[in-house]
Amino acid sequence: MSNFPSLSLVPAASEAQSAKDFKSDQEVRWCPGCGDYAILAAVQSFLPSLGLARENIVFVSGIGCSSRFPYYLNTYGMHSIHGRAPAIATGLAASREDLSVWVITGDGDALSIGGNHLIHALRRNVNLKILLFNNRIYGLTKGQYSPTSEQGKITKSTPEGSLDYSFNPVSLALGAEATFVARTIDSDRAHLQGVLAAAAAHEGTALVEIYQNCNIFNDNAWEPLKDSDTRDDLLMRLEHGEVILFGKDKGKGVTRTSEGHLKVVNVADVSSDALIRHDAHATDPGLAFALSRLSDVYSLENTPIGVFRDIQRPSYDRLVREQVAQVKERQGAGDLQDLITGNDTWTVK
Amino acid sequence: MTKQVVQISKVIIRFAGDSGDGMQMTGDRFTSETAGLGNDLATLPDFPAEIRAPQGTLAGVSAFQLHFADHEVLTPGDQPDVLVAMNPAALRANIGDLPAGGELIANTDEFTKRAWEKVGYAANPLEDEAFLQKYHVHPVALTSMTVAALQDIDISKKDAERAKNMFALGLLCWLYNRPFDATLEFLTDKFGKRPTILAANVAAFNAGWSFGETTEDFAIQYEVNPAVKKAGVYRNITGNPALAYGLIAASVQSGLPLLLGTYPITPASDILHELSKHKEFGVITVQAEDEIAGIGAALGASYGGSLGITTTSGPGVALKSETIGLAVALELPLVIIDVQRGGPSTGLPTKTEQSDLLQAMFGRNGESPVPVIAPKSPSDCFDAALEACRIAIEYRTPVFLLSDGYLANGSEPWLVPDASTFKVIEPNFATETNHVDKDGKDEFWPYLRDPETLARPWAIPGTKGLEHRIGGLEKANGSGAISYDPENHDTMVRLRQAKVDGIANTIPLLEVDDPSGSARILILGWGSTFGPIGAACRLAREAGHQVAQTHIRHINPFPSNLGEVLKSYDRVIVPEMNLGQLSMLLRAKYLVDIISYNQVRGMPFKSQGLADVIIEVIETERATA
Repeated sequence: MSNFPSLSLVPAASEAQSAKDFKSDQEVRWCPGCGDYAILAAVQSFLPSLGLARENIVFVSGIGCSSRFPYYLNTYGMHSIHGRAPAIATGLAASREDLSVWVITGDGDALSIGGNHLIHALRRNVNLKILLFNNRIYGLTKGQYSPTSEQGKITKSTPEGSLDYSFNPVSLALGAEATFVARTIDSDRAHLQGVLAAAAAHEGTALVEIYQNCNIFNDNAWEPLKDSDTRDDLLMRLEHGEVILFGKDKGKGVTRTSEGHLKVVNVADVSSDALIRHDAHATDPGLAFALSRLSDVYSLENTPIGVFRDIQRPSYDRLVREQVAQVKERQGAGDLQDLITGNDTWTVK
Repeated sequence: MTKQVVQISKVIIRFAGDSGDGMQMTGDRFTSETAGLGNDLATLPDFPAEIRAPQGTLAGVSAFQLHFADHEVLTPGDQPDVLVAMNPAALRANIGDLPAGGELIANTDEFTKRAWEKVGYAANPLEDEAFLQKYHVHPVALTSMTVAALQDIDISKKDAERAKNMFALGLLCWLYNRPFDATLEFLTDKFGKRPTILAANVAAFNAGWSFGETTEDFAIQYEVNPAVKKAGVYRNITGNPALAYGLIAASVQSGLPLLLGTYPITPASDILHELSKHKEFGVITVQAEDEIAGIGAALGASYGGSLGITTTSGPGVALKSETIGLAVALELPLVIIDVQRGGPSTGLPTKTEQSDLLQAMFGRNGESPVPVIAPKSPSDCFDAALEACRIAIEYRTPVFLLSDGYLANGSEPWLVPDASTFKVIEPNFATETNHVDKDGKDEFWPYLRDPETLARPWAIPGTKGLEHRIGGLEKANGSGAISYDPENHDTMVRLRQAKVDGIANTIPLLEVDDPSGSARILILGWGSTFGPIGAACRLAREAGHQVAQTHIRHINPFPSNLGEVLKSYDRVIVPEMNLGQLSMLLRAKYLVDIISYNQVRGMPFKSQGLADVIIEVIETERATA
């Protein structure tokens, strides 16, 4: 049995595993320096900690650079079509309680072409762990703006600057009432693996946004959050149950204005009981949503990372199984002859 | 009074009224009673896409036609013998089909000046001398007699009026001597929790029956003897439920749990409704966020070792195309059910058509062969669904099942098959490695094919040692690794085609029906035209002509003797409810000069019209011989 209650129906590994066991024989073909390498290595070294039989883990991806991910993992995997991975994974998870199903997607795959499937997977709370690699650019089609690109971005398709306003994937997921929403960064392995562990433990859909660097078409998009000179000032590390304190010397906090909005303040300027304490388990997603709105699209000021929301709600696939079991309990297993005969017949002699 | 009872061999009745008048229910009930008496029958519901179009308008007319007889019935009939018109709109929309001398039962209460003016009559047609000369008109004050019959029941006038369809049903049941038992049971079931509504419906039925018995307007009561049919247990079946049962049978016979991923669409939704009722078979129905997610969920389930099914109609197929292509590349079982309707675009949602054939054949990018099969009658939807699943599972391929609106909603008696005779479908999951790498290590190659069927091994997640990755990118033949090699792509494209072509080895040879044994003209159809074509052949033969009939169930691949059959006749006529899609395929493949006969009217062919075409071809051939 796995250490993760949400994975109790998935068979455990019969022997100890290492990261090496999760490396496939395929040559990795991302550009040198791509943030995907760091995520792949982090995932490969994280998976053994689940203690699951490798053959019961499935990675499903869509299309895009990140969606090549399944080829490099020695589990079951499907590289599907653009934007549809959550839909395909929904059918798989709904029909196989003994699998740990992961979806790999990017900002274009999940939020543009696949936006509909993403929000509905989140709403249904299917037992899927969705890793959304956000690099704010289209990489595989060579450099067009994406739905997370900041407005005004100069790209191949927007020489005068992009006009679209951007999506915040965390806000979107919370709006869809996702039961687990988190954000992490490709280069921070410890944080990334911590978030993955929390996602794996969660029953239902988990959305993990991973800030990932595309060094070819949008290099350094998240650099201020990584640079040791700036990151502490910008990053708001969320810990459930803890007062939100961030910035150099933990000098900044979050409070609620008289209009009810959240506002970043200097801790010294307010009384300590005015500071917001993070509650990832709150049933109402309002606080988590308000936190997700604090960050600045351009400067990346006040960017929360960590688990925004982690609540308990029965997963879709569990409810599916329970309904089937209830009907079988009530009526007994189906009899094909009875079904096709029905109860309105006549006999010709 | 004692009435004369006359034996007749067949009757065609059409019930027509407003969308809210309950004509479909009335038709269904009359059908059920008729089926129970052992008559052979066929039905044709015909209703608008709007749930409640404006009252009393032509757009809102809903009709149900039933053909029943003491002999084999092939179609719902070209023209009704009896038309029940609940209002002037129903009369106007349907009178064109009633032959001179036909019986018309008209609800006179609805023939107000305002109502007949609304649908363009200059005067009340029921008072028009020429009209009364042409048809045998029975004016019946259906609404007011219903209200009068219910005066002792504590019910609003509006609710009382709503029971008028039961009055009409009672009258027709008296006229054709149908029993009431099953309908009583049905009403009790439906309105059991609302006793006054139940009482009102029963009273309205009885009033209609008594009216028939006592009025002098109906002097004759008719009887239609049971048809002589093969011994066995029969039930009446509609196409969509039959199709759902076929899918469940395939699930049982293969041992694969069924997962339906779908999005509601007319006229396919009833398959979802039916399957969602059968969780006792472990059936899972996912009503997805859209058509694409529906098929995605089905394909995901197939990947996990379920029987993945998606149901839709033409517009939904357009959305699913990319995923069907993925299923072709992944080589996984998947059944796509397209209940065709009039197109293009939204088209005619509630009307029938056969115009998605080429979409099913070719509507994807790349060389993307998909087997296509089509049922020929409502009950045949069962067998066709079972067969589609067999091919999908045995050959690891998506399969198209092309039903249509007529099959979906039409019904006929069905000799209930013995489930113990159904063949087992063997999924044959891969459990062992199948290849040795250069270092002598055992490994699994997901694209190492069965030499006979060319099907690839199906290793489902959870199978230890067979972990592998598949995707939409081209794969190396055998190993399944990503490959952009030109030679390999050429090989893989041909292998996928050869696999689908090879299915012909497992499908029955085409049989031709020609009682004369010397016909020179062949009429060939596919799908729901089977009944009308058969009836047309019967008419042509009765008129002294020789014609052979054959019907194709497997359209991709074709039965292996099809070319031979086509070439053994002087002329081949192919009627289709499209502009010649099967004809195009036949001409392309067999270089045979098909006579393509086409109608796209949203309605099944009329058999007399088809018979005229057959006779004309025969006579032209004779003249030019």
